[in-house]
Amino acid sequence: MAQIRIESLRKDFGAFTAVQASTFTIEDGEFFMLLGPSGCGKTTTLRMMAGLELPTSGEIYIDGEEVGGRRASQRDIAFVFQMFALYPHMNVRANIGYPLRSQGLSRAKTREKVEEIARLLGISDILDKPVGGLSGGDRQRVALGRAIVREPKAFFMDEPLGALDAEFREHMAEELRALHDRMGATTVYVTHDQLEAMQMGDKIVVMNHGVVEQFGVPQDLYDWPATLFVAGFLGSPPMNVLHFDGTVEQGTETQVLDGTSFAVPTTREGATGRIALGVRPEHVHLETDAGLRAKVVATEYLGTTQIVTLRTDHGEVKARIPSHQRVTEGETTGLRFDARKITLFDAETTRALRSAGNEGVLAHG
Amino acid sequence: MSDFSVIAASRTQKWVAGTLVVGYAVITLLPLLWIIATGFKSPSDAIAYPPKIFFEPTLEGYVNLFTTRTRQTAEFLAANPPQTWYEEIVRKYDMVIAGPSRFGGRFMNSVIIGFVSTFLSVFLGTLAAYAFSRFRIPLKDDLMFFILSTRMMPPIAVAIPIFLMFRALGLSDTHAGMIMLYTAVNLSLAVWLLKGFIDEIPREYEEAALIDGYTRFQAFYKVVLPQAATGIASTAIFCLIFAWNEYAFAVLLTSGTAQTAPPFIPTIIGVGGQDWPAVAAGATIFLLPVVVFTILLRKHLLRGITFGAVRK
Ligand SMILES: Nc1ncnc2c1ncn2[C@@H]1O[C@H](COP(=O)(O)OP(=O)(O)OP(=O)(O)O)[C@@H](O)[C@H]1O
Ligand SMILES: [Mg+2]
Repeated sequence: MAQIRIESLRKDFGAFTAVQASTFTIEDGEFFMLLGPSGCGKTTTLRMMAGLELPTSGEIYIDGEEVGGRRASQRDIAFVFQMFALYPHMNVRANIGYPLRSQGLSRAKTREKVEEIARLLGISDILDKPVGGLSGGDRQRVALGRAIVREPKAFFMDEPLGALDAEFREHMAEELRALHDRMGATTVYVTHDQLEAMQMGDKIVVMNHGVVEQFGVPQDLYDWPATLFVAGFLGSPPMNVLHFDGTVEQGTETQVLDGTSFAVPTTREGATGRIALGVRPEHVHLETDAGLRAKVVATEYLGTTQIVTLRTDHGEVKARIPSHQRVTEGETTGLRFDARKITLFDAETTRALRSAGNEGVLAHG
Repeated sequence: MSDFSVIAASRTQKWVAGTLVVGYAVITLLPLLWIIATGFKSPSDAIAYPPKIFFEPTLEGYVNLFTTRTRQTAEFLAANPPQTWYEEIVRKYDMVIAGPSRFGGRFMNSVIIGFVSTFLSVFLGTLAAYAFSRFRIPLKDDLMFFILSTRMMPPIAVAIPIFLMFRALGLSDTHAGMIMLYTAVNLSLAVWLLKGFIDEIPREYEEAALIDGYTRFQAFYKVVLPQAATGIASTAIFCLIFAWNEYAFAVLLTSGTAQTAPPFIPTIIGVGGQDWPAVAAGATIFLLPVVVFTILLRKHLLRGITFGAVRK
């Protein structure tokens, strides 16, 4: 069990900075998601936390102790690799027991422990098989077994479901989450799949180009993105972003942009210049007489809801509306946004402007 | 099955391929068979013209290879009847066995020098290859090229400097000298081959071991070495074949104590006329260890040669 704190962590590979100035805290027992697009430095961050890579600068604290320069073996953590990295020359039993043997545990004790873990994971029947012929799911379970057998302080997992096919991913994701809830050990989980992150995570840190964009609980990140990147990365379809030239007043509840007036959460700071207005598709409503005019370009039927793509003078907007509402391609209509859920961004800095809605989230993000 | 399968070979293709393979095998194996057969011929059969394909096999060649013999007077021969089967064989020529020949010693020299230098090349090569594969080493590419460049000229081009060096250091005709020489020549090959193999082993295996509480060295020998077994085996074969067959340096640098079999075998011919069966017997025995070693490791060797040819 452990609390993990990352402070101003940075990693350079020669002239290239893979991770810069990352700061976030993982609380004891949390299922923590490291989310970001490919190449953003997730693996590098995790490897530094695990001791497989030396940070260029910054600190890593596990339970208040600085471990940045410590060997991986001294950090008492377990790592599940993307391709599982099961020792190919050993059978399942030996793989799971291997971490125990390094601690000098007796053969009999190891055997006992391995069998207990195998029962927990439901793999007792494959203990004596070589790992070569195992299915993806069983490999995954063996890798998990090898990780939990030692009862480490924390689990680090680098896209552990990445090697499984889509159908099985969901099942394993549930299994993983259930296992975590049962053991309550701090888990850091790397993924580039925002859906997976939101489904499984207690908390999420979103990274882009080696920079932490935002961190917090999934709902906060989804509702109140701190940057345009987060707005565009979370959700499917992601948050709509409309671009305007104008001025945002401080302390207003009605924002006029380019002649259209929007009800917004009370603004706490102002800005002038390029302004971006962010609104989730489910907070967009089609109303024939609303001020912002839009033309329907496409509709996508999803069962109970439909996604309507509309073109406005300020960019494309997707609306998620009930499927019984009749919409025809080519028609022109008006858009009304749900006032409580709008985020305004300074498009130059890409940062969200503080408002009554997001100030609580941004304060600790 | 259609007539134009992409995967299956047609009848004609199989015939052509089969004929070519068998033809090639006959061409390469015939001299070998000839040598083995000659080893079991009598000296007169060995030089008979036209050559004899069917002959009465005898172990004369082998007896001559392993012994030295002297001619004796009729009285002595009559007074001492032959005690053993090999004694009997040499009696045909009114000779008795005086003692063992030097072949056994030379053969042992080959075994010692060949296997020890192979072991050293592979041992050092594995460590170096691992370091080159896994660690950030300044000027890594230059160093690797430098190592490779030692193979760019035929080793014999430096024969004279090495000869002088060996003489100055007192290494001429010593086991240590020959072991060092063959190790040095083989090492670059070993490093390059093994680096290729180790590069193919995902680092995650070692990293998993590091996290599981093992030291870097434990991770290396418990996780990497078993994975690299194929590479190590095929590298060992290449090193052994070179060290075993090497002739030029052996002629130049050894004459007695450390003389290996290759320079010794031709000298057998001079002992008492042209004893082709003894030479052939020597060559046959000399072939055996490498053949056995290769057959034992042939599965690895085949994989080793094609390894890395297909990139994932
Ligand atoms: N050893 C290294 N040497 C040089 N550059 C590296 C090294 N490791 C990673 N990088 C670079 O650092 C950046 C971040 O890599 P990282 O593996 O952390 O990304 P990631 O977020 O895990 O991406 P992915 O989703 O593709 O796994 C990448 O651009 C990568 O090319
Ligand atoms: Mg990665």
